[in-house]
Amino acid sequence: MLNNNDNNLFNIRSIYQKDPTLSILVIALLFIILLLFVFFPGKVLTANNFESMAFQLPELGILSLAIMITMLSGGINLSIIATANMAGIVSAFIMTRMITESMTGSPIPIILLAILAGWLVSVLIGIFNGVLIAYIGVSPILATLGTMTLVGGISILVTKGYVVSGFPEEYQYIGNGIFLGIPIPFLIFLGLAILVSILLRRTPFGIANYLIGSNETATRFSGINVNRTLVITYALSGLLCGIASTIMISRFNSAKAGYASSYLLITILISVLGGVDPYGGFGRISGLVLALFILQLVSSTFNFLGLSAHLTIAIWGLLLLITIGLRNIKSTSI
Amino acid sequence: MSKMFKKFEFFLFLVIVALIVFFAFSTENFFTWENLLDLLISYSFLGIMAAGMLVVLISGGIDLSFTAIATVAQYIMAITIIDYSGNLFSAFLVAGIIGIVLGGTNAFLIYYLKAPAMIITIATLNLFYGFTIFITRGKWIYNFPDWFNQSHNVFSFTAADGTYYGIPLPVILLVLVFILTYIILNYTMLGRKIFAMGGNIEAARRAGFNILGLTIFVYSYIGFLSGIGSVGQVLILHSVQPNAIVGRELEVIAATVLGGASLAGGAGSVLGTAMGVALLAIVWNGLIIMGVSSYWHKLIIGLIIICSVGINAYNRKRKA
Repeated sequence: MLNNNDNNLFNIRSIYQKDPTLSILVIALLFIILLLFVFFPGKVLTANNFESMAFQLPELGILSLAIMITMLSGGINLSIIATANMAGIVSAFIMTRMITESMTGSPIPIILLAILAGWLVSVLIGIFNGVLIAYIGVSPILATLGTMTLVGGISILVTKGYVVSGFPEEYQYIGNGIFLGIPIPFLIFLGLAILVSILLRRTPFGIANYLIGSNETATRFSGINVNRTLVITYALSGLLCGIASTIMISRFNSAKAGYASSYLLITILISVLGGVDPYGGFGRISGLVLALFILQLVSSTFNFLGLSAHLTIAIWGLLLLITIGLRNIKSTSI
Repeated sequence: MSKMFKKFEFFLFLVIVALIVFFAFSTENFFTWENLLDLLISYSFLGIMAAGMLVVLISGGIDLSFTAIATVAQYIMAITIIDYSGNLFSAFLVAGIIGIVLGGTNAFLIYYLKAPAMIITIATLNLFYGFTIFITRGKWIYNFPDWFNQSHNVFSFTAADGTYYGIPLPVILLVLVFILTYIILNYTMLGRKIFAMGGNIEAARRAGFNILGLTIFVYSYIGFLSGIGSVGQVLILHSVQPNAIVGRELEVIAATVLGGASLAGGAGSVLGTAMGVALLAIVWNGLIIMGVSSYWHKLIIGLIIICSVGINAYNRKRKA
């Protein structure tokens, strides 16, 4: 799990042995790029495409982080999409109700209030999940399925299923702006990936989170406060959903109860492809980021080829099965 | 252990009776023969799948792909009887076989890929459903032969005053499925082995049980029930729609868990599941008759799920 001896960095074989998942992902990524160069030269890998990928990928990436940290603890958070939509709707309501034509002065304080309110709601949903799982003892699947239904129900009730739209330009900048030539959502994602990575590997909370995923009973008996750690894990997962929704509703310039419903499968796929053990305890952010790039490239290629959305979903399902199959071959032969 | 579940089932029974009394007095139309029969017909499909889900949960697994299996079975069944005709039996046969094959596929994947059943079945859900909708282009199918579209009633008779009475086939199917599941779980070696496997899979393996065989049975069984249940649903709706079933996984799991089944495996009963389905059906139907805006429905179902899993888990934790 923790691998701190970084000598022999230039010995390719030892790198492979140390982290086969990461090496396979790098090879796969390079292979896909090579294929794209050979078969669609100058079609998929264009500057334009790269820019749109850099705008699309962050929300998926942040949601994948949200599901990954719960999978590392041996659980899962199936309510990520519902949480993100709820947070987005709260932010959207605050902005559309409090910012009017007749208002004088800058809308920025209200935008900040809206963002923070959205994050607060998403953290509260996360804490609710965590308490259900850690203190009441509900299985993570059931707890988060229940929360998904409840939160989704509240979202539908307060919006009546309609779209809430029309945000100030300053807010749209978050999802569509470019800073130093790099799309802002991408910068936010990179920052979060680094932060979560440090949190997972360099803090007592992160290590406890991995340990719970490896063996919850042993962790409990070793004196770690498992319940508190799990509540923090799900609260953090909720917060990440909230941040993803800030970007998402800014890009769409609207919020709705049913947005991004297809993302749940894709985030699980990215996590497992990135080397997260579905039973918990193992997995790294670097793997997840590589898996995210691979998936985004493949998805952009499918878009370019004009593949049906349903076929794409079927292929994602197949890819998830193949990935799990390959993991088994690897873990038995090495 | 069994005492606790008996207590839980009794508690559930009281809640159902209270709800029936409440809706019967607060609305005019709830406690009528027509409404209750309608309720039974429209929830027969959910009930049939809940019986399959119960067996999977008892074995310690979970299946999220059964709605996709039902959709695949519906399409293939519809195309077969429209192109080659046949009779009601062949329709059920085709759908049942499709269900068994796809369920068996799930079982092999879960057994050999050694990954959580939930992740495998989320993958196969999208695989089965995505390919079906891609190939059929999500077309609705209506043009069934006449013999299929006529109403299928069992034990039908016309009373002296000329009123026609009969029990629709889907309801009969529901009752048969519950009886079959009850017999398998309680009176066969197979059923006891499934309980043992859900209680402690490693102990079951060392006791010499064929885990692969049990896994195949369990997932084929829910596949089979999804297949024949989906034909029952086509008999009610007179059409095959791409999005009529997928997305209802949660309701089925909710009904089963409401009835006392545990995701940890080894626990659950047919009676509890039947009451879980009844509770969901009564709440849903009662809310509609009372005129509660449909925007509230999902929220209320979510609340019911969270309360019931919370109470269940809390009880189990306290006893442990």
